[in-house]
Amino acid sequence: MPLDRKDLLDLDDFSSDEIMLLLETTSAMAEILSRPIRRVPTLRGKTIVNMFYEASTRTRSSFELAAKNLSADLVNVSASQSSVDKGESLIDTMRTLQALGADMIVMRHWEAGAPYLAASWLDAAIINAGDGWHAHPSQALLDLFTVQERIGTIAGLKIVIAGDILHSRVARSNLWGFGKLGAQVVLCGPPTLLPRGLAEIAETESRITISYDLDEAIVDADVVMMLRLQRERMASGLLPSTREYCARFGLSRERMRRARPHALIMHPGPMNQGVEITPELAYSEQAVIEEQVTNGVAVRMAIFYLLASTPERLA
Amino acid sequence: MAAGKVLLQAEDIRRALLRIAHEIVEHNRGGKDIVLVGIQARGAPLAWRLAKSIEALEGVSVPVGRLDITLYRDDLEREHFRPNIRETQIPVDLSEKHVVLVDDVLYTGRTIRAAMDAVMDFGRPRTIQLAVLIDRGHRELPIRADYVGKNIPTSRLEEIELHLLETDGTDETILLPPQEDA
Repeated sequence: MPLDRKDLLDLDDFSSDEIMLLLETTSAMAEILSRPIRRVPTLRGKTIVNMFYEASTRTRSSFELAAKNLSADLVNVSASQSSVDKGESLIDTMRTLQALGADMIVMRHWEAGAPYLAASWLDAAIINAGDGWHAHPSQALLDLFTVQERIGTIAGLKIVIAGDILHSRVARSNLWGFGKLGAQVVLCGPPTLLPRGLAEIAETESRITISYDLDEAIVDADVVMMLRLQRERMASGLLPSTREYCARFGLSRERMRRARPHALIMHPGPMNQGVEITPELAYSEQAVIEEQVTNGVAVRMAIFYLLASTPERLA
Repeated sequence: MAAGKVLLQAEDIRRALLRIAHEIVEHNRGGKDIVLVGIQARGAPLAWRLAKSIEALEGVSVPVGRLDITLYRDDLEREHFRPNIRETQIPVDLSEKHVVLVDDVLYTGRTIRAAMDAVMDFGRPRTIQLAVLIDRGHRELPIRADYVGKNIPTSRLEEIELHLLETDGTDETILLPPQEDA
């Protein structure tokens, strides 16, 4: 089965079969990463552009390594060193990249929806590497893959996503991904960081639960995913103090004991150690945070490969 | 699907593979340093069968791997391309080994070209050899097989279908007549 899509914008309209195809392909890509020579010639002659309007270390370098492992040519553009500084519009910048020969454009933008706008204007494949608070599908796919690899299944698991849900595109894409594969997702955080809209969805959707109490939410969890407190996006008044947040919503050894014995600890990074997670837990045996990063390369290879071989592009 | 003509029956396949196992051992003076690598999908079970025969003949156990060559193909841009990737598993370092690629049907040679590129990424073998159950001709690249079960001249319009116990529940080779819409 090919993936019949031009772009990867979010997982909201993906079928569980499409997500499974991505995870199976990721598994094949992970095997390549274990070889003495971690490079295959698949995308020779293809050009991929990383267009980042927002800072990023792991996502940008992960996409870059993925492109190189598939032998594609890669160009990195960051908005701060480009014509964006001279006032060029989003569409003009993207059209320029396409005119330079980009077959695929990996795009991160601070505005939700920016990749959708680009996708509607361009023939090149647009891969959303994070748009505002909205979506981060490649992160959700690597989280799904990591859980599937470690536990063997996703259906029926209890996944707790805790912390700053309001500002988290990772939480939103994961909600779609884990939900479609049959997991129970608990979103947990202080009321000021849990958007009202999600609480409304939870009322009608049995797979989603909202909780304002981490001690209660974490009971019998198979996976505990902690989110970064995004202080750079935060308006004042959302939290009384970081210290209180840490006491009520930080992940500690004690709190983790309430989860299942071998439950996984995940974090999309970058971590605020001592805020949402203690350093002791971040480097514990239950933590799969570095595996998430490694798997990210394989997931992005799968995305590039499947988007390059869609029927539309082959026609 | 139109009924085809049976070219090889289970017994024919068994005999052909046994002969190939003998030839591999003879050519390499025993089973030492041989690694059998089956090309996915139907080369993989054939490689296992050859390994069993070699073990019975020589008393040595030969490592068996399987290789998916999808990512090395040169037809990513062609319409009939299907992107599903099967498992690749190479159990040993291939450096200084005699690698015998095993496939069901040798046709254009493009699969074998891709497989050789893939094998080279796992090390530098002393030799790469090729064993196929059927050689149907029509090469597009300068590639030949070292061990052939049966040469079967075909038309490009015909199709050869190999069924194996492991993948299809029965052992036989069928020649399908030219397809109207091919």
